[in-house]
Amino acid sequence: MSERLSVLIAEDNAADRLLLSAIVTREGHRALTAADGQEALELFCRERPQLVLMDALMPVMDGFEAARLIKLAAGETLVPIIFLTSLTENDALVHCLEVGDDFLAKPYNRVILGAKIRAMDRLRRLQQTVLEQRDLIAKHNEHLVAEQRVAKAVFDKVAHSGCLNAPNIRYLQSPYALFNGDLMLAAYKPSGGMHVLLGDFTGHGLPAAIGAMPLAEVFYGMTTKGYGLADILREVNAKLKRILPVGVFCCATLINLSFHRRVVEVWNGGLPDGYLLRGGSNERIPLVSRHLPLGVLEPAVFDEKYEVYPLLEGDRLLLLSDGLLETRNHAGELFGEQRLLDLMAANEQRGQLFDEVQQALSAFRGETQDDVSLIELSLIEEARSSPLTFSNDGNDTPLDWSACFEFRAETLKHMNPLPYLLQLLLEVQGLRSQVGALYTVLVELYSNALEHGVLRLDSSLKRDVQGFAQYYGERRERLARLEEGFVRFHLELRPEHGGGRLIMRVEDSGGGFDLAAARACEQAAEQLHGRGLKLVSQLAEKSDWENDGRGVSVEFSWSAQA
Amino acid sequence: MAITSQASDDGQELTILIQGRFDFGAHQEFRDAYERISTSPKRYVIDLKGATYLDSSALGMLLLLRDHAGGESAAISLINCSPDVRKILTISNFEQLFRIS
Repeated sequence: MSERLSVLIAEDNAADRLLLSAIVTREGHRALTAADGQEALELFCRERPQLVLMDALMPVMDGFEAARLIKLAAGETLVPIIFLTSLTENDALVHCLEVGDDFLAKPYNRVILGAKIRAMDRLRRLQQTVLEQRDLIAKHNEHLVAEQRVAKAVFDKVAHSGCLNAPNIRYLQSPYALFNGDLMLAAYKPSGGMHVLLGDFTGHGLPAAIGAMPLAEVFYGMTTKGYGLADILREVNAKLKRILPVGVFCCATLINLSFHRRVVEVWNGGLPDGYLLRGGSNERIPLVSRHLPLGVLEPAVFDEKYEVYPLLEGDRLLLLSDGLLETRNHAGELFGEQRLLDLMAANEQRGQLFDEVQQALSAFRGETQDDVSLIELSLIEEARSSPLTFSNDGNDTPLDWSACFEFRAETLKHMNPLPYLLQLLLEVQGLRSQVGALYTVLVELYSNALEHGVLRLDSSLKRDVQGFAQYYGERRERLARLEEGFVRFHLELRPEHGGGRLIMRVEDSGGGFDLAAARACEQAAEQLHGRGLKLVSQLAEKSDWENDGRGVSVEFSWSAQA
Repeated sequence: MAITSQASDDGQELTILIQGRFDFGAHQEFRDAYERISTSPKRYVIDLKGATYLDSSALGMLLLLRDHAGGESAAISLINCSPDVRKILTISNFEQLFRIS
């Protein structure tokens, strides 16, 4: 039935030793015998029997001492020790159970001894199973931790290729946030300004981290190529929907900060309210979740509509995942939304808010803030520090060509053509070092042509915050209704003194505008106004507005490469 | 955590009653509640009267049920939501996918 055991019998009485040995052998086990404690210990160390029958009182070394040393030598393995004793006082019997595992009173009963050996063997095997399982679990865990370490190292490379260290960003994030499903990404746009994403995947561990990779790739890739928020959101949603199983999704807020244009675009799907805090007043605009999380909806019904707010110097944006609100203190209370609202209400210096929240959190919770992801963004005049780098492939591309693109109503409605133009122009090595200025000028001229030319929006609307919202609401509606109109880009590339020159003319189907008035308006521009024309004149080497205001041409040049 | 389900007499509607914390621990039980039934209901009602807590895994489980019930054409109502539960559903904009009351 059960396996054959080696049983060590330590008994100073030779007759008893013989009797016990006979019983053990008849039970089907192998008997080893010792005449005193010392001998028993030596025999144990040599033969490693699975079970010990130990006389309590023996010469040289008594049974209690021998039992203690045998247990020590056995380590984690359970070697059951049954004391053989003629002692009857309670204290002595209790001592047997403290040092050993059971006792058997003399005179010996063959049936009882056999049963006790079987019972002790069950106990021994139970312990053995527990130890094996423990070691197996430890091994699995070790594997898992090693895998996570590798995954984290790979992911850190991807995540940290962005610009979370930019001077206008402050953030709080656990080093293992990825495995809590939290994700924080920031990348410079070619036109200056940046995209920032705070995401929170369903669940924990590797399943939560798995969607982060493709999301980060799409976010960085498309931002670098000049795509806008709407395109990135559509692509990320479609990708996550396609690859993630049903029920796994990503709550996220995506932010587009435009330093030049001084606006912020916000899309929140499933994260708690973020906040736009005005620097000059107590005003606090909640950035509310108006969408389903990313990866839930089919691409056809996904809604990438974002909100647009003017952004002033000194304003702050605060984004958070639910880890902050769900932080608990020792008493089990939640940090909660109200504490955060109170902190913001009490805040006097916007520049201190981030520290105040962090301090309040530490004071509330005590030690580390493991599951908290918090990010603060502000506006700075120019945060760009050579955002894009290109490898020089050494092949000079043809520099003598011209092309004309006309984007008509249906295209204007549904896509942003600028990334395509930018990709085309960046084929020209000499323009790559000017990518920032070039893209900013493209963006300004395109928005100008689209908004004022094709859609005939009045930029003086943007005089105050209310008008600002109205302006962008109107923009959305007019664009949706657009049936005709065009924006045309004429691109001409000419070789010049070993280098070259780009001449770009932009026209639109609008009625043109009064250049003098537009210039005057720009001069008096308040902070909320577009500063487009001025920016274009500053960034392009040459810029000419046609007198009817329907077209503009700009030039960029480069010299021979060293 | 206890999840029980009850089909209507005509078998057209299945009501799933959630008690306690509705989180990842309820995963298997919740699936069993709509997979291991003999009827094929047209409508589902999730009664959250006894749900004390709901997390993002629970939202994921609701999406799985929605998928099981036909995706876009699924008819699923979430009823008796406490203010806390309601808030989580609102932040995630789940009212776009489920009837919530």
